[in-house]
Parts: sequence; structure tokens; C-alpha cells
Amino acid sequence: MSLKLIAVFLALIPLLCSSFSPETPSDRRVLVLLDDFAVKSSHSLFFNSLKSRGFDLHFHLADDPKIALQRYGQYLFDALILFSPTIERFGGSVDAAAILDFVDSGHDLIVAADSNASDLIREIATECGVDFDEDPAAMVVDHSGYAVSATEGDHTLIASDDFIKSDVILGSKKIEATFFSDFSGYMRQAPVLFQGIGHSVNPTNSLVLKVLSASPSAFSANPKSKVTSPPSLTGSSISLVSVIQARNNARILISGSLSMFSNRFFRSGVQKVGSPTKHEKSGNEQFLNELSKWVFHERGHLKAVNVQHHKVGEVNEPAIYRINDDLEYSVEVYEWSGTTWEPYVSDDVQVQFYMMSPYVLKTLSTDGKGRYFTSFKVPDVYGVFQFKVEYEKLGYTSISLSKQIPVRPFRHNEYERFIPAAYPYYGAAFSMVSISPIFFG
Amino acid sequence: MAASDAHSGASIRHAFGNVLGFFILLLIGVLAFSIRLFSVIKYESVIHEFDPYFNYRVTQFLTKNGIYDFWNWFDDRTWYPLGRVIGGTVYPGLTLTAGTLWWMLNSLNIPLSVETVCVFTAPIFSAFASWATYLLTKEVKGTGAGLTAAVLLAMVNFSSSFVPSYISRSVAGSYDNEAVAIFALIFTFYLYIKTLNTGSLFYATLNSIAYFYMVCSWGGYTFIINLIPMHVLLCIVTGRYSSRLYIAYAPLVVLGTLLASLVPVVGFNAVMTSEHFASFLVFIIIHVVALVYYIKGILSPKMFKVALALVVSAGLAVCCAMVAVLIALVASSPTKGWSGRSLSLLDPTYASKYIPIIASVSEHQPPTWPSYFMDINVLAFLVPAGIIACFSPLSDASSFVVLYIVTSVYFSGVMVRLMLVLAPAACILSGIALSQAFDVFTRSIKLQLPSVSGQSNVDAGEASSGNVVPNDPVKTDKNEDTSKERTSKKSKKKEKEHVEKPVSKSQIKKRLLVLPLETSIIAIILLVLLGAFYVVHSVWAAAEAYSAPSIVLTSHSHDGLHVFDDFREAYAWLSHNTEIDDKVASWWDYGYQTTAMANRTVIVDNNTWNNTHIATVGTAMSSPEKAAWEIFHSLDVKYVLVVFGGLVGYPSDDINKFLWMVRIGGGVFPHIKEPDYLRDGQYRIDSMATPTMLNCLMYKLSYYRFVETDGKAFDRVRRTEIGKKYFKLTHFEEVFTTHHWMVRIYKLKPPKNRIRGKIKKSKSVQNKLENKLEKKRTKKEPLLV
Repeated sequence: MSLKLIAVFLALIPLLCSSFSPETPSDRRVLVLLDDFAVKSSHSLFFNSLKSRGFDLHFHLADDPKIALQRYGQYLFDALILFSPTIERFGGSVDAAAILDFVDSGHDLIVAADSNASDLIREIATECGVDFDEDPAAMVVDHSGYAVSATEGDHTLIASDDFIKSDVILGSKKIEATFFSDFSGYMRQAPVLFQGIGHSVNPTNSLVLKVLSASPSAFSANPKSKVTSPPSLTGSSISLVSVIQARNNARILISGSLSMFSNRFFRSGVQKVGSPTKHEKSGNEQFLNELSKWVFHERGHLKAVNVQHHKVGEVNEPAIYRINDDLEYSVEVYEWSGTTWEPYVSDDVQVQFYMMSPYVLKTLSTDGKGRYFTSFKVPDVYGVFQFKVEYEKLGYTSISLSKQIPVRPFRHNEYERFIPAAYPYYGAAFSMVSISPIFFG
Repeated sequence: MAASDAHSGASIRHAFGNVLGFFILLLIGVLAFSIRLFSVIKYESVIHEFDPYFNYRVTQFLTKNGIYDFWNWFDDRTWYPLGRVIGGTVYPGLTLTAGTLWWMLNSLNIPLSVETVCVFTAPIFSAFASWATYLLTKEVKGTGAGLTAAVLLAMVNFSSSFVPSYISRSVAGSYDNEAVAIFALIFTFYLYIKTLNTGSLFYATLNSIAYFYMVCSWGGYTFIINLIPMHVLLCIVTGRYSSRLYIAYAPLVVLGTLLASLVPVVGFNAVMTSEHFASFLVFIIIHVVALVYYIKGILSPKMFKVALALVVSAGLAVCCAMVAVLIALVASSPTKGWSGRSLSLLDPTYASKYIPIIASVSEHQPPTWPSYFMDINVLAFLVPAGIIACFSPLSDASSFVVLYIVTSVYFSGVMVRLMLVLAPAACILSGIALSQAFDVFTRSIKLQLPSVSGQSNVDAGEASSGNVVPNDPVKTDKNEDTSKERTSKKSKKKEKEHVEKPVSKSQIKKRLLVLPLETSIIAIILLVLLGAFYVVHSVWAAAEAYSAPSIVLTSHSHDGLHVFDDFREAYAWLSHNTEIDDKVASWWDYGYQTTAMANRTVIVDNNTWNNTHIATVGTAMSSPEKAAWEIFHSLDVKYVLVVFGGLVGYPSDDINKFLWMVRIGGGVFPHIKEPDYLRDGQYRIDSMATPTMLNCLMYKLSYYRFVETDGKAFDRVRRTEIGKKYFKLTHFEEVFTTHHWMVRIYKLKPPKNRIRGKIKKSKSVQNKLENKLEKKRTKKEPLLV
């Protein structure tokens, strides 16, 4: 599997280069497709947050016949936000395949579905590895995890705090209440309000991450009718918000709720049923802003540059190594902070010296300034080896470097000229030479 | 006075014979060279087949980087990712020869390209080989008077320069080890016989050097190092031991083994493998025999008997102990110390039972009967006559030739490739037969023609004795012997040995051999006709059968000549359209060509040194698409190349080789089972084929889109419609197909960027989406020519 990934990434390096300029991997131009321009104002807090971070938002109706993702083979946008859950057919040249191509060429995507999500939106989600509940009327219902709200009996407004445990995806600042009333002495995360449809992800799918999961008591069904058959999605297997990092490091956010992005949810307070804590402000704003930072590559984007290897005591990279050479290997890894490349510091970056299987596997030491290095001895096996760095860490873009280097056996004149075991034979030869004149001479 | 007349007549005759002989030799050389140029004339000056491409690439490396880099060359472009140590695994003789030729020509300011030199190396050496054959035959049948020698020469050279089986391996462009090795083989034999006849250490040393050249050139050197001991043993057993035999053999073993172990590819094998044991065993035996003869010489017969009893008992004990140790050593290795190819020579069924990789090579198959007539033609009938001629009388040298022909007939019966070794032996023997026949007939005519016979009885007697010298060299008169300066020591020695033979008896015998005039004339005409037919056949074989370079194919049809240059088209595509470090997987047959012509890294090639690696590729080819993709991907393969002959009817394509892939793959990876690919034991690709067959990668890559060519998907090699016509590839994409579809190149698709969810959408939506995606993909697909 890892091998496959390497090759994929190798194959996709040119793609990556064209999609993110290596200097500034963050997205700049974002196309927002809406069902209705009302969303622009009703979700303005989210959009403003993006604008304030320097994004250039282009709003269009999803069925606007003039919209196009690319022109003359060049993509016009770096990212796409689909806030149009009901759209059946996009305007212009945009369709599901175009959007998937957009992702496959390394661009980012945010999709918000809703209870009446169209087949088109569902299809895009499925292609990305997220399966929405097939029942078009179904919503996530949670009779013990709903948020206390004005409309009593509506258990579709869920307050969920089952986040993925990753500082990279959700930011290091904990999603927390502005004040805490339970005086329990520790900070509680403010739950995120969610109202919409649930989806499931295939646990074997290594690319999809459940960022926000439903509680074990949740299920997905039509809230307006009686539940007659067992719901297809139940419990914490229901994912409310998922992210996908494709193999080309394009990032996708899929949410089952459009309203969770809305100003109303951003601003409203939240109290989970059964919980004494009343949060003044829901966690939505921080959750979604941090998540959008991740999706738009403002965080967790690594680059590895400047791979160097050479024999110990030398500077230049050789074209070929000999077996049992001592060599030094170094690589520099940086993380994009949103504005600059910062040294990435970790103690788990490893290099392999690989020929069909790793002959050497070494953890690289770092100097804290982004440079990772190690030294080792070439194994006593000749062949075409590769220096491989495969770094896949939750929330980070994966690094896959491989550099081919042949290893040759000894040259004919690199063996020992005289070996101790052969001295009797040398002696025999020379004694023969010195004695022969007596016999023949 | 009559005697001096006879002398002057004889010397003029000799001088005339020598001059004639020289020109015949020269012309034969030219003929041998030029008959091999059909391929250049009919096609172009191009390297042929598969192995020559590797040799060409090695020669290029040699001329560019010098001998030390060549010696230490580690090639990282084949056998990825294992690599291959070329310097230590290649027989360098051919490469060094061509490299030296090139270097000499260049230092003489004749700027020939390396390729040109490589193309013409084989014809040049075939001229050398026919001269060497002449020398060998001359040694075998003794130095005769010039004219007969010239006839002999003409015959032998004629047949040796023409014999089709040798032509097949030495046409211009067939730049393979055998091209120089056959010359080296015959020359080594010549020097051995020369040493045996003269007892000269000088020739013995030359012989070792010739043997060294042979070891450098070809793995077939084991034939020499087994045949010569066999002959020595034969001589000892038949009581023909002499000091000449000792001189011919002992230095060869010592020096030859020392020199052979200098060749990196042989190295310690020269003393460690069973192929060489026979020579050491005979080496011991000849010393024992020499000791016995020595003791016999210095002791009285009575004492000798006592000593013999002592030596025999002690010697037997020592021998038993040594044999026991030897057997124990040999038995401890699984293959009994023999290499697979040698074992399959001893037991012809060995390879097919245990090593499919050796059995899969067509030139390792036993030849069919017609191929004997195709390859040695008339010679097949003349060889028995030659053998009989060798027995009258049997000398050390002629017994060697008999042994040579017998062993080479056996070996050629096991492996079609060794027909090559048979060819010179057949030439020598049929040359002898022909010259003997001519000798008898011409003498008969001469004796019966009134004008000649009436002239002088002495002349007739002289002519007959002069002419009959090769027939029986030991019977020459003493005085005539001294007059001949070219008479060797050997015939003197022979004379000493056979001096008791009555001269008068031989004279009577000669008279008895005289045939009626008409019969002689008719027989000569018939023989000439036979020779003419042979020439016609050989030229035809050279021109039509053996000159095809196999990378360019031609076919004649009602609308003219068709040229199939698909191989070079495909390799050129690879070299222009892929990255320099991309790996190309194909069946091993095409490995050498891909590295040499496309300059791309290959996984396996024709140097089949690693069975597991080949089995991996075989398994991938016999697996379903996904499993195959994973295997190839784990080997970093970017492109897969298959050869497909179904459209134009090119029979040696990958589908026909496929069962070998299954066998070789299944030999290492047992989940590939041959019966899964066979329906009731039959290999078929039509609608009756097994599902495993129809789903394997090789079937899919060969027949992908095949139905688009004629709408019926009719395979012109298998002469049937294929079983599964419409299918899609999921893990591979076609990137290039040559003009006649003979080579198809596929690229491994990268793994999916996203992993799809599980839910199957309603069919219509799904189809719509897929159609759109498909459309997108086809747009990006490169144009198929």
C-alpha cells in the first residue's frame, strides 16, 4: 500500500507543482456556488472570516450559465465552496465530473449538503468516499444529544462535541466556551451545532477522516414520520463532518449541514440536553474556521526540499555507491504557516534505504531548523536502491520522496591484494621459483 | 635421373598446388564473408535478434569507457532493482574482439561506427573459421601433395563456409558469442591435433592460449575441455599413449585451467564444477600411465611385472580414495555440481522437468529431423563416408575427429543450438570423404587414360603415391619423404611406428582401388552435381532462411512486399516518450532490445540469471489485472510491453509464449497453476478458454480493443475468434500500439486519487457520470497510430 502511495505521489509531483505554487500553498481564489444569494448574507460570518484571511471569494448562483472552473486549460480558482445542496444541475460547463477533475488536479473543495440534498451533491460526496444516507428525507436525530432550543421537541438540532483529536486539523486552541458555568475546574469544549443529514465513511478508506461524529444515541431517519424499519445509519458511525485528503493532497470538507455555517448557528448559544453547562456561543465558528484553515492549506502542509546524500567526509553527491560505503543523508522539511515556511520539528521522520524491502530504516535526527539528517553504512548488497522518505501523519500532507541510487560491488582492484590465508601459497610459489634453478639450471 | 625428374616434377606440382591452394583459400575466405552479407543487402546493416543487442551495448560501453570500466561494469538498467554485474557475468571474448577491431580501425583513421564493426565481426570470423577448418582437416589427414590438399581445402572450406547451420549464427549482424567461438573452437582443436602430431611444446602453449580465447568467448568451451580428455582417454585405452599425447594434453590442462580461471565469468568454476572434472581425472590418469611407461622403460620385463603389481595395488587404493572423496563432494551439491544447461545435455528431459526457464528457450529444444537436412544437407550423407575414411587408417588425429562428430551429433540432437558445433565436424568429415572420393576417381581415370599411362610408369607411380599421401601418409617412400620439405616430424614418427608395414602390399592395394574409367567419370560428375546442389541449397538458405534480422520482418503477399518494422517503432516510441529512469516490464525475450534500443530500464532480460525475478514477471502476466498491477507497481514499473502477432500472423508473440510464463511463474509462486489456463489440457483463447485465461493480464493486454480492427476479433496466429472481445482495462491504459499492432505498450494507471464510497447510485446517474469521465479520459489519451 505504501509503495503504491509513493508511486502515486511521484506521479503526481508535477500536478502538485502546478496546483500549489510551492512558495504559497494556500488557496487564494475561491469560487462559492450558492443556491440563493440570501446565503451570502445569512452565512456572512463564515465568508468574512475567509475574506479577512485574504481569500478572494467569487459568489455565483450554482445554476449561473456563465460559471466555469477553467479556461483554456487553466483553472481559474484554487478552491471551490459548494453551498448549494439542492442543485440538480450546475450551470455552464460545470458538472460532477468537472468538479472531481478539479479536485484531482489538486484543488480544494468544501461541500455542504442538507436534508434535501440533490443527487448531484450526493454523487460528488460518494465519489470522494462519503456516503450520505440514501433516504432523501432522513436527518440525524439524537434524542439524548440534541441542543436545547426554542422549538421544543425538535431533536434534529444536535450539539456534538465528538471531535477528531488532531491539533493540526482543528487548531491547537481548544474549542471552548467563552465562560464556563459548571465550575468543574476544567474547560469544556463548546459543542458544535449541527442540523442536517448524516453520512457514513468506509473504515477501510484511509483517506477520509471523521472530524465530527454523532453521539452513540444518534440515528438517521425521517424525523417527521414514525421509524418503522431500523435506520440505516446509527450511533457514532454517523459522521456529521468529514474531511478527505486525497492522494494528491487536495483537501475536501464534506458536511451534512449547510446551516452549521450560518450566522445564526455561529452566534447562538448552546446547551446540550442533560448538561448543566450553558455555552454563550456555540463552537461552530471556531470549529469551522479552523477546519477551513486546514482545508485551504493554511495548516498542516509540509514540504521536503534539499535532499542531499554523500559519502562521509565528502560533499558532492556520487552517481553510485559501493557496498559498505558510509554515507550521510539529509533532507529539509518545512511546514506552511499560512504566510511563511516554518521549520517542521518532529522526531518521527524516517528514511529507508530500499530495494524491494528496506535494508536500512533510520529515524532522522533534526537540528530544529528544518534539517533532518542521519548517517549509515550501505548494506553489503548491490543493486539499485532508493532513499525513501515516506511521512504520513494525521492531518499533515504526506511527504513521499524517493531517490534512486545504484550500489555496486567492489572493483577488481579494491579487494585486498594479499590475504594472510594465502601466505603458504605465496611461500610455495616463491620457494619453487628460487629452487628451480638448482634442478633445471 | 628418373628420380630427379620426379623430384622436379613433384616440386613444380607442389609449388603449383601451393599457389592454387593459397588462392583457393583467399577466395573461400571472400566467399565465406560475402555469403553472409545477404542480410545487409536485403535489409540493412543492423544488429539482429536479441542477444546481439546486448553484445552491441556492451561493446559500445567498452569502446567508450575502456576495458577496466567494462570489467567492473555494474549495470543498473537491467534486472531492476537487482542490477547486473556485467563484467563478471559476460563472456568477454566477442566484445573484446570487436572492440579491438574497432580500436585498430580507428587508430588507422578508418572511422567506422561501433555498430558497423559489430555487424561485420561475424562474417570476418566465419572466414577465419573456414581457414581453421581447413587447417584442422589438413592435420587430420596429413599434409599431402599440394593439389590434393588444395582439393581437400576447397571441399572443406567450401562446405564449412556454406554449411547453413553455421550461416544461421554468423550472418552479418548476428553479433553473438558463437560468431567468434566457432572459430576459436576449431582453432583450438587444430592446435591440439597439431601438438599431437608434432609433440611440440610451442604448439601446446599456443593451444592453451587458443583455449583461453575460447573460454573468453563462449560457455561452449566445456565441450573442448571434455572432448579432449575423452580423446586422450581413448588413446590411452587403445594403447596409443605417446609422449606427444602427454605434451598435447598436460600443458593444456594446467595452463588452460589457469588461464580459464582468469576470465571473471568462469573464475573458480574452472576447478569447482563437474564440467571440468573429467579433464582433471584424465590428467591424473595420463600421469599414472606416463609413470608406468617410464618405469617400463627403465626396468627389465620381469622387474616391471613385480613393480606393476605393486603400483597397481597401491594406485588402486589411492584412486578409490580419491574417487570416493570426489563423489562425496559432488553429491553434496543439489545439482551434482552441474549447471542446468549441462545437465540437460546429459539428460535431455532434465530441463523440461525441472527448469522451465531453460526449456522455454527455443534454441534449447531438440531439433526436428528436417532441420538436419535443412542445416547440413548433403553433408549428412557424406559424413558416414568420412567416418569410414577416418578409419583407414585410424590415427590419433582421425580418431579425434570421429570422436568429435559422434559427440557433436549427440549434443545437436539434444539442443538445436549445438547444431553449430556439429557443423564444422560434418564439414571436416564430408571434406575428407569428398577428397578421398575424388582421389580415387581421378587416380582411376589417370591410370586408365592411355595418354597418361603410356607416358611413363614411374610418373604414374609417382602421381599415385603423391596423390595417395593423404589417404595413407605413413606409406610414402623414404626417399620421397626426404625430398618433401614440408613433411612433418609426425609422419616420420608415424613411419617409425608403422615401419613394419610392407610397402609392396600397399602398392597392390592401390592397384586394387582402381575403378573402371566410365564409372569414375560418372561418379565425379555426380559428386560435382551433389556439390552444386549443396551450394544452391546453402545460398538459398543464406539468402532466404537465415538472413532475417528478426527485428524487421517482411512478408510477401499478392500485393507485394510488406515490411514490419514494429519493434523499432515501439522502442523508438519508448525512448522518445518516456522518462529516462522509467522501468519497462516485458517478457524477458525483449529485455536486451529494450535496454539497447530504447535505453530504458527493464525488469528481466535474456540473461536469465534470476529465475525468481522472471517468475515474478511471469506471475504478473498470468494474474488478473489488479494483482498484476500490484506486482508491477512493487517493482516501480511504469510501462508494460507486450508483443502481439494476432493481427498480422506473427507466430512468436507473447500469447504463444504465455504457457511458459505460467509454468515459470507457477514454479516459484504456486498459486499460478497451469491447468487453470488449459481447457481439457488444450491451450486455447477462443470462447472455450477458461475464465482464468480470459482474465489474465496477458490476454487482456494482447486483445484490448482487438475487436475494433475487423469487428470479429479474428486472431490470425491461433486461427480463431478470441473468447472475450469487449472489455475495459481498469489498472492499465494503452499508450502506444505500433502500426501492425505487433508491439503494444501500456502504462500503469496511478492509484485513484480518491477512494469512492460504497453506495451504488441509480444506474442512470452512474452511467452518465461514467460516460463523462470516460470522455474526459479519451480526450487525454495519446493518439493511437
